[in-house]
Amino acid sequence: MKKKYILSEIDCANCAAKMEAAINKIDGVEEATINFMAQKLTIEADEERFDEIMEQVQKAIKKVEPACELQSK
Amino acid sequence: MTKSQKKDLARIIIAGCMFAVLMILEHTGILPEIPAEGYNWLGLGMFLVPYTIIAYDVVISAVRNITRGQVFDENFLMLVATAGAFVVGEFSEGVAVMLFYQVGELFQSIAVNRSRASIRELMDIAPEFANIEKDGKLVQVDPDDVEVGSTIVVKPGEKIPLDGVVIKGESMVDTSSLTGESVPRKLRTGDEVISGCVNQNATLYVKTTKEFDDSTVAKILELVENAGSKKAKAEKFVTKFARVYTPIVVFAALAFFIIPSIITGDWFEWLQRACTFLVVSCPCALVISIPMGFFGGIGVASREGILIKGGNYLEAVADLETVVFDKTGTLTQGVFKITEIAPENGISEATLLETAAHAEQMSNHPIAESIKNAHTEAGGEIDLSAVTDAQEVSGHGIEAVLRGEKVLAGNAKLLNKHGVVFEEKESAGTICYVAKEGKYLGHIVISDVVKPEAKEAISELKDTGVKRTVMLTGDRKSAGEAVGKELGLDKVYTDLLPADKVGHVEDLLEESTQKGKLAFVGDGINDTPVLARSDIGFAMGGIGSDAAIEAADIVIMDDDIRKIAKTKRISKFTLSIIRQNIAIALIVKLGIIVLSIFGIANMWIAVFGDVGVAVICILNSMRILSRRKKY
Repeated sequence: MKKKYILSEIDCANCAAKMEAAINKIDGVEEATINFMAQKLTIEADEERFDEIMEQVQKAIKKVEPACELQSK
Repeated sequence: MTKSQKKDLARIIIAGCMFAVLMILEHTGILPEIPAEGYNWLGLGMFLVPYTIIAYDVVISAVRNITRGQVFDENFLMLVATAGAFVVGEFSEGVAVMLFYQVGELFQSIAVNRSRASIRELMDIAPEFANIEKDGKLVQVDPDDVEVGSTIVVKPGEKIPLDGVVIKGESMVDTSSLTGESVPRKLRTGDEVISGCVNQNATLYVKTTKEFDDSTVAKILELVENAGSKKAKAEKFVTKFARVYTPIVVFAALAFFIIPSIITGDWFEWLQRACTFLVVSCPCALVISIPMGFFGGIGVASREGILIKGGNYLEAVADLETVVFDKTGTLTQGVFKITEIAPENGISEATLLETAAHAEQMSNHPIAESIKNAHTEAGGEIDLSAVTDAQEVSGHGIEAVLRGEKVLAGNAKLLNKHGVVFEEKESAGTICYVAKEGKYLGHIVISDVVKPEAKEAISELKDTGVKRTVMLTGDRKSAGEAVGKELGLDKVYTDLLPADKVGHVEDLLEESTQKGKLAFVGDGINDTPVLARSDIGFAMGGIGSDAAIEAADIVIMDDDIRKIAKTKRISKFTLSIIRQNIAIALIVKLGIIVLSIFGIANMWIAVFGDVGVAVICILNSMRILSRRKKY
């Protein structure tokens, strides 16, 4: 399943790159890309475990940038 | 400014004012002298107030990140560097460096937001609402909720929210945000409309034919937004670079701190130098300016009616060396028109055309159509009863009886068969010879017309450094070569079947230099394999054509082939800005690193090397957007 999210408060491109790398390491994530300029996360992940995976994504994001919020589009 | 930016600004102002007051007090001697022995606790207390105001978030983040295992981030470095200043009693230095850092961060945040906003403005084609008539009243609804087949009302000045067909009304429509074309298009009842255009002067009633997600505007937005996911080589390189770079820098700094400290015993001095070194080596300026540059380039291009599907394609266009064109519909208009009417002596053009049009009246061959159209456009009428017998002789033309006289209209074979005496002509187009009662009346040339801007487009491409221009066509040799000569193309391949085109493109790819890229330009309908095989596939006339948007890497929204050269100019400028940014960042940072090793650079300079350089790079990237008119 493919879904898009908006990332608020993401000012640092290096942080976006770090997040992207961290999210791609999560088990069940097929592909995740962060578009820093558009403040958008596009994620393709296992549909059955999607909610659980998204929780981990949320954690990974917070770890890099605590101010950053994930909003569904 | 956003809320958090305003808050940061307030903190900077308050802390800055307090700092200024303290500095004045210190320098005018109102503050007690620093005691010769022992620590200056009073000074610490006073300077700690502005420091807390300006630095609390940095301290909190640093501590939190350490507990999460992220040690060497910017926050931690700033904390160590400024806390170090406090330890040795350099309070003003500690506060000032933190102030400077926060000002830089604020600048960076504002600059990023600004450029985001201006890129968004460039792509501001998304409609916010659709008007629907309900119980005699107009209601605004979300375009997402409009079902296919509904009637929407588009008032003057509003964006057309969904694709559809005009069922009532007549108005001029501005398509510039989609095509870059500034001349408005006229829409009448029955015409198709494309979402994203702006209705200009009268209300239009539109029956929708697509849902919002399938509408042109949604497709374009998705395409441009997803462009970021296909990263350019430069972008991938920097991400990889940052991943390797950060640990190397951290270990270098540790070694840099520990080894000289053991030798000299001056631990504090080397801690300061190591922190300076770490702050300046933050790769943010590099990491930020590259995606920003590509995004800006893609944004500018989309405003010009050029949709680029990824940074990698924008990057590749800069090295464009060979451009291969499809002929029909790309270099030519793809419609047959009469380009020459050559009657024999004593016969008028009108008579020749009238005779041919009547003979061809039953035929629906494209050539017959264009002759009939030319006749009616010239004010002539077709009298159906005048033709009593008409036969199509396949591969030859038409034999008909017009007002009792036998008329022949067709190729040379047809006239030869009937023993008509005439002179055979050579032409780039298709020739239709006409004879009546065995007497030759003249000939009509029908050709596919070359686009008026095609010649200019080819010479513009040469100006941008394209070395070879090639045309592939299924047409006859004479027709193809005439077009090639007229436009100044380097090579023309004719009589090709669709499958041959791939082979020719492969040969051309082999002949290309290592670095040079090959682009294929087609209408996206029959040339999907060729578009896929070439380095960059350009599709023309993308509006409303799903096939073109799917198959190509770059879609030119109107049919203007001059935009290929424009794409190359945008690409070159974007890449030159990106290179400048990489150079600025690396040179400044390396310089400061060297200075910090020798203890010449202090924390101020290091903070400039970090956030200052990032801001410079962001501002430099903005030039891609602001130069828009000159591409």
